[in-house]
Formats: sequence, C-alpha cells, structure tokens
Amino acid sequence: MSYYCIMMVCGFRCFRNILSALDAANQCFEGGKILDNNREFLMRRLHSLLGIIPIGLFLTQHLIVNHFATQGVESFNTASHFMANLPFVIFLEIFVIYLPLMYHAFYGLYIAFTSKNNPGHYSYLRNMLFVAQRYTGVFLVVFIAWHVFETRFQVAIGADEADFNMMANILDNPFMLAFYIVGVLAAVFHFANGIWSFLVTWGITQSEAAQKNATYFTLLVFIVLSIIGMRALFAFV
Amino acid sequence: MGEAAKTVIFEIERRNSTDEDSYWEKFELPYVMNMNVISALMEIRRNPVNIEGKKTTPVNWDMNCLEEVCGACSMIINGKARQSCTALVDQLEQPIRLQPMKTFPVVRDLVIDRSRMFDSLKKVKAWVPIDGTHDLGDGPRMPERKRQWAYELSKCMTCGVCLEACPNVNDKSDFIGAAPLSQVRLMNAHPTGAMNRDARLNAIMGEGGLASCGNSQNCVESCPKGIPLTTSIAALNRDTTVQMFRNFFGSDRMVD
Repeated sequence: MSYYCIMMVCGFRCFRNILSALDAANQCFEGGKILDNNREFLMRRLHSLLGIIPIGLFLTQHLIVNHFATQGVESFNTASHFMANLPFVIFLEIFVIYLPLMYHAFYGLYIAFTSKNNPGHYSYLRNMLFVAQRYTGVFLVVFIAWHVFETRFQVAIGADEADFNMMANILDNPFMLAFYIVGVLAAVFHFANGIWSFLVTWGITQSEAAQKNATYFTLLVFIVLSIIGMRALFAFV
Repeated sequence: MGEAAKTVIFEIERRNSTDEDSYWEKFELPYVMNMNVISALMEIRRNPVNIEGKKTTPVNWDMNCLEEVCGACSMIINGKARQSCTALVDQLEQPIRLQPMKTFPVVRDLVIDRSRMFDSLKKVKAWVPIDGTHDLGDGPRMPERKRQWAYELSKCMTCGVCLEACPNVNDKSDFIGAAPLSQVRLMNAHPTGAMNRDARLNAIMGEGGLASCGNSQNCVESCPKGIPLTTSIAALNRDTTVQMFRNFFGSDRMVD
C-alpha cells in the first residue's frame, strides 16, 4: 500500500506491470472497501440491540405495571386500563413489541440451533450461562406465544377483557402458575444475561475485570426484576 | 521396590482414514516416572499391542516441538482439548481417554488437519504488508509497554484448542473462531500493521466472522498460552462498531 502511494506520487505508473507480483500481496489491502457480505454482522448486531431496546425495556415496564396488582384490584385495573388506552396503542405495540420481538425470537432460534452446546466438559460459569441463554430463549418463544394468545389475543377477538380477573383466572390453575413462574424467571434471566452479552457485543466491557463487574451488575438486575415479577404474580393468586 | 509393576491404561479413539468409522482401542503400558501422553504414545508405537495382547497398528498422532510452542499435538484428553506434550500422566485420571479434535477433519487416529485455521488467517489478512520497490526505512516506533502487551497476543500457535472448545465452531456454522480474530487485534496494534486496520476489520465483519461469537468464553479458559482471547474479541467488537458507523455514514477517511 505504502509503496503504491509513493509510486502514484512519482508518476511511475508503468512500473506497476513489472511489479504485479508484489502488487498481488498488497492489493489484498485495497482498504476501506465495504464488503457486501456483512449482512450477518448487521443482523447479529440488530438482534443484540433489539433485545435491550426496546424488548428489555418493555419487559421491565411490563413487570413494573404488573406490580400494581400488589396494591389491589382497583389499582391494577387503573394501570392496565391506562396502558391499554395509550394513544396510537396499536402502532406502539407493532413497532415497540411485535416486530422487534418477532425478529429477536426467530433470529434467536436460528442462533440457538446453530450452536453445539458443550457444558459437560467445559463447565465454566460463562459457558453454563451461554447454554442457559439458549435454553431460556427457546422456552420463551413458547411461553410468550402462549401468554400473548391467552391475554392480548383474547382481548383482540373480544373474548375477554384485560383486567385483574383475567390473570386471576389464569393463575388459578396451579400448572399455569408454575408455567408463569418459570416463564417470568426465564424472561428476567434472559434479559439480565442479555445485558451482559450486549455490553460485550458492542465493545463496551472489554477487560476481564470490566466483564466480571458487568456479571455482578446483571446478577443484581436479575434479582431485582425477579422480586418485582414474583410479587406481581403472587398478587393474583 | 517390591510392589507390583505399576501400569497406565489408555483408551484411544481411532480410525483408519477420514471417512471410516471410529473405534476404541485400549492399551496397558508400564508406568514410567514423569511420563506424559506423548511418551506413552511413543511406547505404543514401539510395541503396538493392545490390552487384549493382540498386535495392532501403531497409533498415529502429530507432534513437533514437545514444549508447547508449536501447536501440533493438540488432542482431546479426558474430554478437554489441550496439548498432549504437556499432559503429564501423573496429573490425569485413569483410564486416560484420547480423542482427535473432531471440529477439524480427522486424517487418521489422532492426526487432524488444521488447514482451515491457516485459511482463516489469510481471510482476515493477519499479516503486515511491507513489500516495496525500495527500502522504506524504519517503521514507526512501538512503545515498549505496548510491545510487551502485544507479545502475549503473538504467542498464539494456531493449535486449534480454542476452536475445539467453542460451541459456535461446528459443522452448522462457518465461524472462524477466536485464534484468527485475536491475530487481527495483534496486527492492528502493530504501528505499521495499523495502516491497514480498516481492511482487517471489514474482513472480520464478513460471514463467519466476529459476529458469530456467542461469548461462551470457553476459548480463553482453554487457551494453553493464556492469551486474553475474549478481551481481544470485545476490543474488536468496539473497533467494528466504529467501523460499522464509518462505513454506514460514508466517511472517506479509511485509516487514522
């Protein structure tokens, strides 16, 4: 590259033919050219970003609104009514929830099924969390599909109303309660661990120490959101 | 010493060629003080008789330096990928199970073909182009502290252990693995190599590149040379984030 520039400056372009052998090695470095095969890179980055914004933020907001249930039926119904009647709510749902969630879910399934998990022989903490991230992800696709069908979809077809009673009826069944407990914990784990990988994927936490601190931070996120989620769930029982 | 002669038992996953099915063969060898996996394999080669007393073919394996700097003798020992030259029998649980690193094509027995790693190094342009028509003189100076840090990255011996340990390097994915990625960081840190850093970053933003890393961090736990592979990956993630925005918003400045 450097000799190439000097040649240009001197105007000895004809020398290039004689030196084509040298050129071959250096032409590989014809820098700055954007490769047209970086689709995978952009898709993975988008997958990482959408997991936090908006999906992670939505999950946090959803659990906090649910937490109104601990303050009684009236309080929860007011909050749920407020959320359900936000202006342009259908567009908010499509662009903040449905589209990002569907992209994250389907591309995530592809990612989960292209890994060859090996927690047996390589049972390090990060590898265990790597495996757990994939298992919770696959489980969450099922859980969230069922959860949306049972709540939002029923409201959409006019079969039910999104209020305290709806959730109380669902969670009346002990199997459903167990399913929801596992579902909420899986979602919170997937989000908390996802923050950790987001920080690495975007190059924010680099050193071993920074990544370890991020592990402690995400553990805190997991604990706090789990408490909020569990308190809300048991308020319906 | 008056005791019964101590022996060591090896179980080896063997195959005659790449396409043939594998089979397990057991060997019982006399214990020798301070023996390692390679000296045991040499003993089997000297006297290829299996535990049933039947004569068999000598076990094939790859080796070269015998001091953990060449990367040739990688294999799976008791489930974990590592160098067999530094695998001391005294520190291993018996029977000692030897398997080839099947992430790579198996040539025969424990011999594997690591060509894909060298192809990856070419793909990511892990070299510094300095050829010219005349003496270009000295390159820019590298700060001593940076040299010492970069030396750690340069210890990579392309042994393939990080690829074997990685859950994302498999036949369903074309991920190149940690080793060639870390070499991009090394070459980009070199003052002359940095003159082409964008070309290397764009290369690892391609298919099977940096983005395929799933952060299981088995690579850094398994690397026999203790190279900070996951720090390299995270640092490259930051560099490619900047490169991505540069590409997208169309800056014409290629190199700092």
